[in-house]
Amino acid sequence: MAQVTMLEAIRQAIFEEMERDPSVVTIGEDIGVYGGAFKVTAGLLERFGWERVIDTPISETAIIGAAVGMSYQGLRPIAELQFIDFIACCFNQITNFVAKSHYRWGAPVPMVMRGPSGGGVHGGPFHSANPEMYFVHTPGLKVIYPSTAYDAKGLLKSAIRDNNPVLFFEHKFLYRRIKEDLPTDDYTVPIGKAIVRREGRDLTIVTYAAMMHTSLEAADELAKEGIEAEVVDLRTLLPLDKETILQSVKKTNKLLIVHEDTRTGGIAGEIAAVACEGAFEDLDGPILRVTAKDSPVPFSPPLEERFLPNKNDVLAAARELARY
Amino acid sequence: MATDVIMPQMGESIFEGTITKWLKKPGEKVERDEPLFEISTDKVDAEIPSPAAGVLKEIKVSEGQTVPIQTVVGVIDGAGGASASASAPAPAKQEPAKQETRQREDEKPAPASAPTKSQAAKADASAVGAQPSAQPSPRPVAATGAAAPPQRPGTEKVRSSPLVRRLAKENNIDLTQVPGTGAGGRVSKKDILSVMESGSASQAAPAPSYARPAAPPPPSGGQAQTVLEVGVPRERMYFGNYSVEPMSVMRQKIAEHMVMSKRVSPHVYSIDEADVTGLVKLRNQKKDEFERATGSKLTFMPFFIRAAVEGLRAFPTVNSSVDGTNIVFHRECNIGIAVALDWGLIVPVIKNAEEKNFLGLQRTINDLAERARAKRLKPEEVQEGTFSITNPGVFGGLMGLPVISQPNVAILGLGTIEKRPVVLDDAIAIRSMVYLTLSYDHRVVDGAIAHQFMGKVKHFLENWTESIL
Repeated sequence: MAQVTMLEAIRQAIFEEMERDPSVVTIGEDIGVYGGAFKVTAGLLERFGWERVIDTPISETAIIGAAVGMSYQGLRPIAELQFIDFIACCFNQITNFVAKSHYRWGAPVPMVMRGPSGGGVHGGPFHSANPEMYFVHTPGLKVIYPSTAYDAKGLLKSAIRDNNPVLFFEHKFLYRRIKEDLPTDDYTVPIGKAIVRREGRDLTIVTYAAMMHTSLEAADELAKEGIEAEVVDLRTLLPLDKETILQSVKKTNKLLIVHEDTRTGGIAGEIAAVACEGAFEDLDGPILRVTAKDSPVPFSPPLEERFLPNKNDVLAAARELARY
Repeated sequence: MATDVIMPQMGESIFEGTITKWLKKPGEKVERDEPLFEISTDKVDAEIPSPAAGVLKEIKVSEGQTVPIQTVVGVIDGAGGASASASAPAPAKQEPAKQETRQREDEKPAPASAPTKSQAAKADASAVGAQPSAQPSPRPVAATGAAAPPQRPGTEKVRSSPLVRRLAKENNIDLTQVPGTGAGGRVSKKDILSVMESGSASQAAPAPSYARPAAPPPPSGGQAQTVLEVGVPRERMYFGNYSVEPMSVMRQKIAEHMVMSKRVSPHVYSIDEADVTGLVKLRNQKKDEFERATGSKLTFMPFFIRAAVEGLRAFPTVNSSVDGTNIVFHRECNIGIAVALDWGLIVPVIKNAEEKNFLGLQRTINDLAERARAKRLKPEEVQEGTFSITNPGVFGGLMGLPVISQPNVAILGLGTIEKRPVVLDDAIAIRSMVYLTLSYDHRVVDGAIAHQFMGKVKHFLENWTESIL
């Protein structure tokens, strides 16, 4: 078994699902001849041909619109946004139409909208966004944001097989930075299930995507100080796995939420509410957040570094919480 | 317009402070930034300036009481009108009453089953009725000039958490009896679990190890009691003629720290002797010139600090802290200098002594010592020491075996410098000698290291080459 990057895991998921199900097609900018801006779709055109690997003009609105039409016609489109920032162009289609189609007309839209997201690679304010919360606030959608190659592959397969619209965020910082052995057999990871990445007794860190790795590193360092942090990786943001969150909070009695998204309106606020509603009498300290600052993602590398939450931020918050 | 006077946060890790003295009486005029009251915290004593000009209308926290930071300790009426002090307006009355109600809710013992709403309401109502202080008669606090009455013991609001309150209810534990070790004295999960494990659920607090005799006064307040045990039955201390004085807050802190240090660190002591004849000569020669040139008095302390820094750099273990099974090696040499005060002892810290030249050290010492005696040290100036030096010699002591100031692992004691006959090249010579003592934590510092460290210090002192100006 070869070590597989997250990027390769995503490519495998698309490839294998297209092999398995002829109704699965991909559509996006530069995904065919060029193989995708990050090479996620490399080799697909050669294998599946231009009818199933569709290059489009630079119009995200057209991509999503066409994908919806295809899904009504019995296909299962995977729409790639070259950078997930530009999903904002399709906000009306996704929130008003895609999300409500099943509810309003009984017409499910089995499509996946995926693309690279997140900062840390000096992409500047238009190529580093974490726009997940616009969609987490929209009933009718599912939102996935994996942190490992295994999960990326298994969750993308689940997303493609799901009969309803799924947004799939791929943290571009993780694309080539993490590697792991993947099973050769077909497998899926269920949507809506968080996972405990590290057991601990002193406090719970709920996190996802790139910050999962930051949190794990922090947890290792905390362990040296005698603080055992439990790290919960959400994997799916909508529907949110409240059960796993509450279970962990009831065990450790302290909750720290870490995300790369900006602070105000980030999912940390929602999780804090879930904990207050479901585990108030199990809390032994305030619920703390470590997040990016409320700002566009700066282009300047030192500013971006300051903007993004890092291990030291997590350590400081965890220590404060532990001694509370 | 009324301005609340709050207990300030005198440093990052400080969560409470004790009011040691009000410098103004209710009804007295006070200028903005004029000293209003004195406080004592874990780290420093300080005068707190008034946040506004006006008349001190009310003292909410009286002398000797310890309250969390941000607590309103008094109120200043900015209008400055004499009438303001004559009658307390309604809002001032409202506040304490509300607080008391809330406290009672917290303390209510848990009934066997959850109470219905009306039961709870009834319980509250009867409790209010039984509380004379809640009757709506105006309380002319300011007019009488008396400080606010101290809260009854046991009714202070206990800082805890939802989890702790639930566990307390479920296990019928009186939280006011649980010693809190969380931030700001908060009763944490750990605290209540340890009480539950100890099995004395209904009793809660570990009972004091002595029977409290009726005659002697109770030990003065403060958390010190949890650390400061009484070694013999208390009755045996009170006989004949005696007077009893409560310890000052600083005294209690010192006592606690010393007991803690001796408990935590296995102390070992090494003694060495240095020939400082050269330094004494140098000082005598340069004393006046030094003072003229720099405005600072020339003392011996910078010589010893320089020597200690050399030793610490050669033997970093002596400049460390112990965290469980980890050794924290400090890169900075932050040297705490014990300064004797009329009312106790404080250890201001010379930060980054390794970066300072002789004059810089002398200036810093003089400045810190002066401000220590004037109670003008900032909290951060008594924190983050990595090694300390104490000088019993200044009082003529031949040598002293000091207690380590935590979290350091060693402390250097300096004896008095005096002329002694010593053998030099098989002749008896008169030399200026000093005893150096090192108390060190044997968990991490072994005798070999300690003596090599002392050797380095001694060698540096005996072979001084640096210019001091």
